[in-house]
Amino acid sequence: MASIQELEQLCSQVRRDIVRMVHAVNSGHPGGSLGCTEYFVALYGSVMQHQAQPFSMDGKNEDVFFLSNGHISPVFYSVLARNGYFPVNELTTFRRLNSRLQGHPTTHEGLPGVRMASGSLGQGLSVAIGAALAKKLNGDTRLVFSLHGDGELQEGQIWEAAMAAPAHKVDNLIATVDVNGQQIDGPTDKVLPMGDLAAKFRSFGWEVLELAQGNVLSAVIDTLNLAKTHTGKGKPVVILMKTEMGNGVDFMMGTHKWHGVAPNDEQLATALAQLPQTLGDY
Amino acid sequence: MEHTYTFSEKKDTRSGFGAGLLELGRKNPEVVALCADLTGSLKMDAFQKEFPERFFQTGIAEANMMGMAAGLTIGGKIPFTGTFANFSTGRVYDQIRQSIAYSGKNVKICASHAGLTLGEDGATHQILEDIGLMKMLPGMVVINPCDYNQTKAATIAIADYDGPVYLRFGRPTVPNFTPADQKFEIGKALHLVEGTDVSIFATGHLVWKALEAQLILHAKGISAEIINIHTIKPLDEEAVLSSIRKTRCAVSAEEHQRHGGLGDSIAQLLARTTPTPLEYVAVNDSFGESGTPDELMLKYGLGTNDIVEAALRAVSRKNA
Repeated sequence: MASIQELEQLCSQVRRDIVRMVHAVNSGHPGGSLGCTEYFVALYGSVMQHQAQPFSMDGKNEDVFFLSNGHISPVFYSVLARNGYFPVNELTTFRRLNSRLQGHPTTHEGLPGVRMASGSLGQGLSVAIGAALAKKLNGDTRLVFSLHGDGELQEGQIWEAAMAAPAHKVDNLIATVDVNGQQIDGPTDKVLPMGDLAAKFRSFGWEVLELAQGNVLSAVIDTLNLAKTHTGKGKPVVILMKTEMGNGVDFMMGTHKWHGVAPNDEQLATALAQLPQTLGDY
Repeated sequence: MEHTYTFSEKKDTRSGFGAGLLELGRKNPEVVALCADLTGSLKMDAFQKEFPERFFQTGIAEANMMGMAAGLTIGGKIPFTGTFANFSTGRVYDQIRQSIAYSGKNVKICASHAGLTLGEDGATHQILEDIGLMKMLPGMVVINPCDYNQTKAATIAIADYDGPVYLRFGRPTVPNFTPADQKFEIGKALHLVEGTDVSIFATGHLVWKALEAQLILHAKGISAEIINIHTIKPLDEEAVLSSIRKTRCAVSAEEHQRHGGLGDSIAQLLARTTPTPLEYVAVNDSFGESGTPDELMLKYGLGTNDIVEAALRAVSRKNA
């Protein structure tokens, strides 16, 4: 397993990949991608037991992950590539014609590492529950992980799923909510306040963990590992993970303005200068 | 010739689904079922009782049910979802589109109480747009069987097909006339009666009415060919075209909106290959209402005589 120093270095590289991918096609979603970098690096580099090659859609006897807020595909693609799911150089095809790296992740073009299309929000938790139930039926003791945006929780289907998971005793699922407090039209508290998320999930029957430092790699790893100790006890687990949208690039941080906007040439240069550690750009 | 199809009893197609699902449960351990608070209506109770660990009551939360079904395929399960046709399609269209169709998941969406014959509950529940909605999704197979035996056989057959399927059936008892041992082949139309003057392509509850119409047309000196299109997508194009080459006019008959249903699929095929007079027996851009199934089928133009009149119109247009 990689050391924490190596994973820190990978975080910097993933952030470089994100801003370069989005810049190259002048489209995509850098803000949420940058904010979830530590989560993805922790998950694929340390927490999950998973197999990149050959990729198995069924994911039997390995941990599987579902990205529900599919617009943060840049971080997903970078981390998958950097973990050996497909060639790193394929990141150059992001959002281009005839690419497996669609704007939002999909199984349709056969990209290894993706088990479900996402983009239209609110659907991933239901899918994760189904996959977790399939694991139980198969006697497979590995876990299911999922990631959701906080704005995404405004979708009604999320709360249907939030009711279903405890009802079916889905205790092999660790869902994480990226609580960055931002969505396209502004702060979530202004667009549609969601109240006390921890209390809401608890009242639905979930084990709730709160992570204040979602952009501190060691804290993310520790919390995900703590969450694992809560599995197998009859309840689904959710981590409310506070992150900073745009984290790692100062002018993108803490604002919804970089939710879905690409940097220009000058902004790219500034961003890359702030992320000097590299494992080798694609 | 007058056809000789007959039936000894009327049965509901949904019970054919329930019987097929139970049989599948016994022979294929990967088959699982989900239902959104309509277990009795969908006749899924026998499966639930025999295989409680493979049955998931999802409550009145159809969007989540579709997502759970998609997830269950990951790990090799073959999920069958059950609720009314209205809640199986329109209510959850985006979930089906993204999580099932676009994601290429092996989910069987099984929908009862389709169309007007749901009856007294009225238009809120009488979906007449579901065939159109589902056939527009790339890769989605759309099946509308005509009686108990065919629904049971279709239910069993779709488990062996790898990919998303929409299976549409209904609430009322209707003549059960197809052989119990008839093999169900997805995409293969059934030639029920040979004829030379007009082709009648019927699906679902309209198939028996088409057979009734055949007798009336025979008495009027019209030889009608009756073809059961149980699979609307993929359409058995060769069956349609070979019949048309002989009769040179056609009727489509379905319990669905005229826009987007079986008739439109046939019209598109004919327009692309063999422009031919085609008369529709379908609901004409209208919602339904409360009433008995028989009353509603008559009021909205889906009766036996509507098929007869459509056939006569088709023949006269051909000869004009």
